[in-house]
Amino acid sequence: MTPAPALPPAARAIARGDRRALARAITAVENGDPAADPILRALFPRTGRAPIVGLTGPLGVGKSSLLSLLVAELRGSGRSVGIVAVDPSSPFSGGSVLGDRIRFDRAPADDGVFFRSMASRGAAGGVAGTTREVVRLVEAAGFDVVLVETVGSGQVDVAIRDVATTRVVVLVPHLGDEVQTLKAGLFEIADVFCVNKSDLPGAERAERDLSELAALGPAPDGWRASVVRTSTVTPSGVADLWRAIEAHERFLDSGDRRAAAERLRLTREIVERARDRISDDLVARLSREPELRGLLDRVAARTLDPRAAADRLVADLVRRP
Amino acid sequence: MVRKPKAAPIRVLIAKPGLDGHDRGAKVVARALRDAGMEVIYAGLRQTPEEIVRAAVEEDVDLIGLSILSGAHMALFPRVLRLLKSERGAKIPVFAGGIIPDEDARRLKRLGIRAIFGPGTSLDEIVRTATALARGPA
Repeated sequence: MTPAPALPPAARAIARGDRRALARAITAVENGDPAADPILRALFPRTGRAPIVGLTGPLGVGKSSLLSLLVAELRGSGRSVGIVAVDPSSPFSGGSVLGDRIRFDRAPADDGVFFRSMASRGAAGGVAGTTREVVRLVEAAGFDVVLVETVGSGQVDVAIRDVATTRVVVLVPHLGDEVQTLKAGLFEIADVFCVNKSDLPGAERAERDLSELAALGPAPDGWRASVVRTSTVTPSGVADLWRAIEAHERFLDSGDRRAAAERLRLTREIVERARDRISDDLVARLSREPELRGLLDRVAARTLDPRAAADRLVADLVRRP
Repeated sequence: MVRKPKAAPIRVLIAKPGLDGHDRGAKVVARALRDAGMEVIYAGLRQTPEEIVRAAVEEDVDLIGLSILSGAHMALFPRVLRLLKSERGAKIPVFAGGIIPDEDARRLKRLGIRAIFGPGTSLDEIVRTATALARGPA
């Protein structure tokens, strides 16, 4: 065994809890700056242990307000919390307004909390392409729990499942009848359903519909989603929400469930990275290499169909050393 | 395969120190900076200088914009600048907008506020100045 290589200075600073070093490394990751690579590599072995709690749900259900209360709850029990809050980037200007800090109160001197806003930067699915890696940096800085708030999600925005160990789907009363809960997508990724704004009429009905949905199963991994009611106005239910999250984390710790879930996430991550690299490479080669350009010419002339061209491209890729 | 370097957007913190509740101006500026392609961290109303500096560090911003209409700028802005210095963030340029008398504006600029925009400033000018402050040499 060779001794573990010394950590690069920036990684060492992050592991020591240096907030500025953490913030700068996050920026480097977001920007695809190669300077981030050695930091991520060095800190990766220190990750994969903390609960990563994803809060997702439609626009305006109160995710940010709930997050603020959840942080207070965790701080009350002495846990440190890292927060990564994602808001959408404009498809037009590329700019964004990241407003999740507005709902957030805390004592500014509290070093047990780190809050970072992220723009989605063109990624669909509710988080940015780099959110997973940013979360790892935050975990490596030593926070006990990492909370991830997604973009206000639509029915198919389920990318948080590749980031979080426990997924909380936040909803509100009167989002629709129980048929909505049968639809594919968002409702399928919940480990915990949270009916927020439960001070409003209709909360009991929403809770009942979701409980029925959860009870119907199937629960392929053996977990049935729990349902909690919260209100950020009164406020109430936040301790229940944390208990429900903890119950799911304990469930993961029984048997090899945590490891199995992590292997599944890592499999998707590796394949996704490889696919991105290969596809960038292919796009470049299709416009550059004469042989492949010829393939494109034939498809454009309708003498070859796109599937057949793709088959040849893949065969060519596999043959290469 | 070479990874393509992506153009890094400017990150800017927009915050309102002090106790006035007039955030229309800050919101209009936030929107204009967004439309110019920036990532605007909007911290909102009633931020203490400590909260502003903490946010600037955690969000690793290139630029800070402060909006104030309460008249407390001479108390609050220098405090933001001092805290930035002690947090190793002195290089982050700070600009300001609101109701700030000329005499105060001159003093604040001497203390290190890089630009001050009063009523009637065009959004184009704010975007241009903010971009130059964020991209230019500190």
